[in-house]
Amino acid sequence: MSEVLLSVEGLGVQIGGLTAIADMSFTVPPAEVVSLIGPNGAGKTTAFNVITGYMRPTRGRILFEGRPIAGLAPERIAARGLVRSFQRTSVFAGCTVFENALMALHLRGRAGLLDALLPFLRARREEAALRAEAAELLDLVGLADRADLPAEALAYGEQRRLGIAMAAAAHPRLLLLDEPAAGLNPSETAECMALIRCLKERGMTVLLVEHDMAMVMRLSDRIVVLNQGRIIASGPPAAIRQDPEVIRAYLGAAHAAA
Amino acid sequence: MSTLLGWGFVAALAALPLLFPDPYLLAVLTSAGIFIIGAISLNLLLGYTGQLSLGHVAFFGLGAYASALATLGFDIAIGFGWRLVVAPQPVWLGFLAAIVVAGGFGWLLGRLAFRVRGAYFVIITVCFAQVLRMVALNWVELTQGPMALISIPPFSLWWPGEGWIALYRKDQNYWLVLAVAVLAFLLVRQVVRSRIGRALVALRANEPLARSVGIRVTHYLVVAAVISAGIAGAAGSLFAHYVRIVDPDVFLFIYTVTMVIMVVTGGKGTLWGPVVGGLVFGLMPDLLRGTAPPEAQWIIYGTAMILFVMFLPRGIVPALVRRPS
Ligand SMILES: Nc1ncnc2c1ncn2[C@@H]1O[C@H](COP(=O)(O)OP(=O)(O)OP(=O)(O)O)[C@@H](O)[C@H]1O
Ligand SMILES: [Mg+2]
Repeated sequence: MSEVLLSVEGLGVQIGGLTAIADMSFTVPPAEVVSLIGPNGAGKTTAFNVITGYMRPTRGRILFEGRPIAGLAPERIAARGLVRSFQRTSVFAGCTVFENALMALHLRGRAGLLDALLPFLRARREEAALRAEAAELLDLVGLADRADLPAEALAYGEQRRLGIAMAAAAHPRLLLLDEPAAGLNPSETAECMALIRCLKERGMTVLLVEHDMAMVMRLSDRIVVLNQGRIIASGPPAAIRQDPEVIRAYLGAAHAAA
Repeated sequence: MSTLLGWGFVAALAALPLLFPDPYLLAVLTSAGIFIIGAISLNLLLGYTGQLSLGHVAFFGLGAYASALATLGFDIAIGFGWRLVVAPQPVWLGFLAAIVVAGGFGWLLGRLAFRVRGAYFVIITVCFAQVLRMVALNWVELTQGPMALISIPPFSLWWPGEGWIALYRKDQNYWLVLAVAVLAFLLVRQVVRSRIGRALVALRANEPLARSVGIRVTHYLVVAAVISAGIAGAAGSLFAHYVRIVDPDVFLFIYTVTMVIMVVTGGKGTLWGPVVGGLVFGLMPDLLRGTAPPEAQWIIYGTAMILFVMFLPRGIVPALVRRPS
């Protein structure tokens, strides 16, 4: 067993001629909440895209549980236990909320073609178990009474919660959340924090990207600060709060903008 | 309830030759039925995975040729002085061969769909059917080219107490097509309602999200393409043994268009869509034939199609089945 769940080593990403990530190294220990913060355009979403297989890195290595994952397809990475949510709200439109939950539980099932054609005991039992799990998942995020609505008919805040629920559905060992609280009001943000804590208690390690500093400070065990594609600081929240370079590059900019 | 309705519908269709033993009616329904099977198979690709394959007739034609050649036997040169000789096989083996050959090409297309998407995929599928038509036209040693494969034996079935019987009669062929159509429908229904079907719909609805929850794009597109192509191949085999002559025109683009129209007007991505669309647009040309002059027939056909697409963009079945919203 290794001490780190995810380790990003010397990662560089060029998009066209543009350097989205210059040089990035950090690790995520198991059973922690690690936050990746930085101003707009710092490269946080790009880092997520590369870690989860949506983009190829130009340089560097990404190890998940000690095994390299850079260059694998997103679905293979998900199958290894690393699932992300999306910054922009993303649901299966045209499907009900319940169907969305079932689809997100794909990795919890095994049923193949033979089970589809001849649904005997095993396949039926699996289907029943998946449905129960989907109901439980919606219960967890408070969407049980919305189960039969089309997903796109949900209110914005509800769609965000559904997004988190879907990423967490298959119990990934590492959960990457890209601005889960973006656009939420304070009470919704509090719910979102409670949800992330709950997921952590269920054994999920969380890598969080979030602009809400209060939330980041309260949830995180460790914070990694990114600016213009480089890591400028990392450590526990108390240390980050006092880091002069962070204040200058990130908090300062945020204050100036506010 | 809808299951009961479905079986009632099948029972009514099955009883039809007994109530109306009109050979013309049965002939019309039988050929419509063969294309409805094709439409049911196309719906799995077009409706459930959202991949627009405009070469679907390729699988139909491959099935027709595979089945015809297996039952007629053939003797061709395969280079280096070697010859491949196949003796005439029983029709059920031809039927299996049709499914396997078409399914195999479906596998290829499915692999391709993963690499090439969108407009390029559509173009490649169209070319695929055209290339097969060229092969059928020019590989005279195997296919007889434009002279067509003739004297194809009719379908034969083993019947308890009777042994093997050849299906020469119209009503027998009608029932055969009906039985295969029901099987195809049930097959697609089982797939669509399973974990596989859910994965297909997820990929269609939001591919990046589907991949993020671990749904393997290639795998599921290939599974859908193989099943779809296999069923289309079966329809092709039925066609070959029903009309008992196969020429390169089975690869004509117009047949793909017919199947696409059936699926789209009936309601793509719904189980009954291709059946309903298939009955409307499969029977319309023949119903019009008795009542309108030839030029007017196609005008009416085209107008009906445009009206359907304009006023029921999602198809007839979704318009009939109101979803709670
Ligand atoms: N697909 C793309 N094409 C071109 N440039 C891109 C693309 N994706 C990201 N970039 C660029 O890469 C840089 C990093 O973007 P990224 O989305 O990772 O930032 P971020 O930290 O997630 O910002 P935000 O807080 O606004 O979400 C930006 O300069 C952005 O313009
Ligand atoms: Mg971002």
